[in-house]
Amino acid sequence: MSNRWVAVLSGGLSHEREVSLRSGRRLSAALRSVGLVVEEWDADGSLLTRLKEHRPDAVVVALHGGEGENGSVQTILELMDVPFVGTDSRACRRAWDKPTAKGELARAGLATPEWAVLPHATFRELGAQPVLDAMVERLGLPLILKPDQGGSALGAQVVRDAAELPAAMVGCLAYGNTVLAERFVEGVEVAVAVVDGPDGPYALPPVEIVPENGVYDYTARYTAGLTDFHAPARLDEKAAQAVGELAVSAHRLLGLRDVSRTDAIVAADGTVHFLEVNVSPGLTETSLLPMAVEAAGKSLGEIYAGLIERAVNR
Amino acid sequence: MTASEIRALFAVASRPEVVSLAGGMPHLAALPLDSLSAEVADVVATEGLVALQYGSAHGVPELREQICDVMALEGIKAHPDDVVVTVGSQMGLDMVTRIFCDPGDVVLAEGPSYVGALGSFAAYQAQVVHVGMDADGLMPEALREAIASVERSGRRIKFLYTIPNFHNPAGVTLAVQRRAEVLDICRTHGILVVEDNPYGLLGFDGVTYPALRSTDPDNVVYLGSFSKTFAAGLRVGWVLAPHAVREKLVLAAESATLCPPTLNQLIVSRYLSTHDWKGQIKTYREAYRERRDAAISSLEQHMPLGSTWNKPNGGFYVWVTVPEGIDTKAMLPRAITQRVAYASGTGFYADGLGSRQLRISYCYPTPERIREGVRRLANVIKDEIELHETFGPTVGRAVSGPHSPSPDTA
Repeated sequence: MSNRWVAVLSGGLSHEREVSLRSGRRLSAALRSVGLVVEEWDADGSLLTRLKEHRPDAVVVALHGGEGENGSVQTILELMDVPFVGTDSRACRRAWDKPTAKGELARAGLATPEWAVLPHATFRELGAQPVLDAMVERLGLPLILKPDQGGSALGAQVVRDAAELPAAMVGCLAYGNTVLAERFVEGVEVAVAVVDGPDGPYALPPVEIVPENGVYDYTARYTAGLTDFHAPARLDEKAAQAVGELAVSAHRLLGLRDVSRTDAIVAADGTVHFLEVNVSPGLTETSLLPMAVEAAGKSLGEIYAGLIERAVNR
Repeated sequence: MTASEIRALFAVASRPEVVSLAGGMPHLAALPLDSLSAEVADVVATEGLVALQYGSAHGVPELREQICDVMALEGIKAHPDDVVVTVGSQMGLDMVTRIFCDPGDVVLAEGPSYVGALGSFAAYQAQVVHVGMDADGLMPEALREAIASVERSGRRIKFLYTIPNFHNPAGVTLAVQRRAEVLDICRTHGILVVEDNPYGLLGFDGVTYPALRSTDPDNVVYLGSFSKTFAAGLRVGWVLAPHAVREKLVLAAESATLCPPTLNQLIVSRYLSTHDWKGQIKTYREAYRERRDAAISSLEQHMPLGSTWNKPNGGFYVWVTVPEGIDTKAMLPRAITQRVAYASGTGFYADGLGSRQLRISYCYPTPERIREGVRRLANVIKDEIELHETFGPTVGRAVSGPHSPSPDTA
């Protein structure tokens, strides 16, 4: 399986371009270290021409946010009949939209914090304050606001005081037209990577996240030293198994492929709450998937080289 | 939104799909690269053993003489011995701050002010006290008040940092009749003046203003630069300082870098002696005026009611105030989504002001791209106004420390 040549797609035009470029560089180095021939491509206007002219054995999508996770780039790869690592376009679309993913998993019986989704237009037409009041009454405080789509916690804010809500809404709606408001569940925050193996999807050891200031926001994610990580997470055996099962269930129920990362909270009563899933997990030096891979005693290059073989032979 | 989120957003700004009105990259397309490359090759061929060797921390003597010729255009009479060549004027600024400021000392600076200067002041733990400006630049009365207020608080003012010509980011110029007054106030209070003048030769109306240094050689440290008049990538700037300060600067430069790059100094020197550098500055001026006109006419055409801006008569920047209630930093993700970038105003203040302001740089994009960028920006502001109509006036969350795009954000 050496001698394969692959194109790693990174960059793009989403708000997460910088993170994606870092993921792409790290993944490319890891793949080269296990003998693959790798080119790093930006997802720009030359993508179609490049795919046609260069025909890589496979493409790895290391794009985060926007077109790299919402199924658009995957659709292009499917139209061009180029094998790629990652979830197919239709499942991407479901997983990318946070409320859709939460809804599907809640219907299947998984726990997820209570939520409400509202577009800007609703606030405008019904008056912001009564809608915000109803939201607080139902979900309680603190609550967390997130753009309904997008990653890296960009635009996400924990609101502890109702008076902060209007400003937080304005900040959040700068990233998109619709807000997902979620009840804030206290507990142990974990991320669980799931990888497809010969016997089906399996969970890597969960990674526990302890942000210095209590909130795992963009800065805490990508600034070395601002967050303590424990891989594997400091959970008892039962809880560790439960988070693994939750992540594998999410991966299966949402139809994800090859690799995914589920973010979850283990509440004080032991309930594991699903927060969101990522079809293109971050691969930077402070990202969670590489930590999980290391905790499992494996290497990033080895895991992705295996996924590339699966993609080529699909 | 945090500083690192802002940096992340600017990662997209360098893509060609985005019109970046954020950075401060000079328009280099007008440089005569063919003849320049021949001269650079000749420098290496004929002076290579000097060009590639260590030099003096003071700078190459011939270049220091030529720098005096450049400064003469602004009425400065200087001796080459008082010029210290630095790695861009940013290094000069850093050294001046290092020499003069102890932690807790006060630096007076226009509000808003150059973000790179605020960064240097913060690095040496100096406290910045802003002094207000109007259409004629720094207001003498505001300067008096600021001095009195700091003195009452028992703190020490080390210097006034000022960009008198075509201010970054405010775009305004200190009126000639105010210059003597500002110098007089500072002299009376024993406050040194640090005059940062990278844009002085880039006036659009054929006027070159007399440098503050030209009338007060003993109390002004002057920072000059070839970044905007020739080539920013060479990183050649200079400090012109009174003798006693100059000695300290040379020692500080020695400990920082041993010497500024000799090759780059010889390239600048060769360029000045073999090329029509004054003609080149004229070419730059024409290019920037055309871009300024594109920016101003598009602002007039597209911006929503309640927005104001100045019309700069030189330099790179328009300072825009958006309708009340809008936080330009919180609006940035929306702008990036709509493929336009700008620098939000808070980065240009050390005290959290500026949330209603933004800086447009017209130096780099073509006039056509500038018009498209301003059109997109106006739409972004209109969308943001709608949001504020829904949620009412909101106050953005505080972000610590200066933050802005790096200068190479095209």
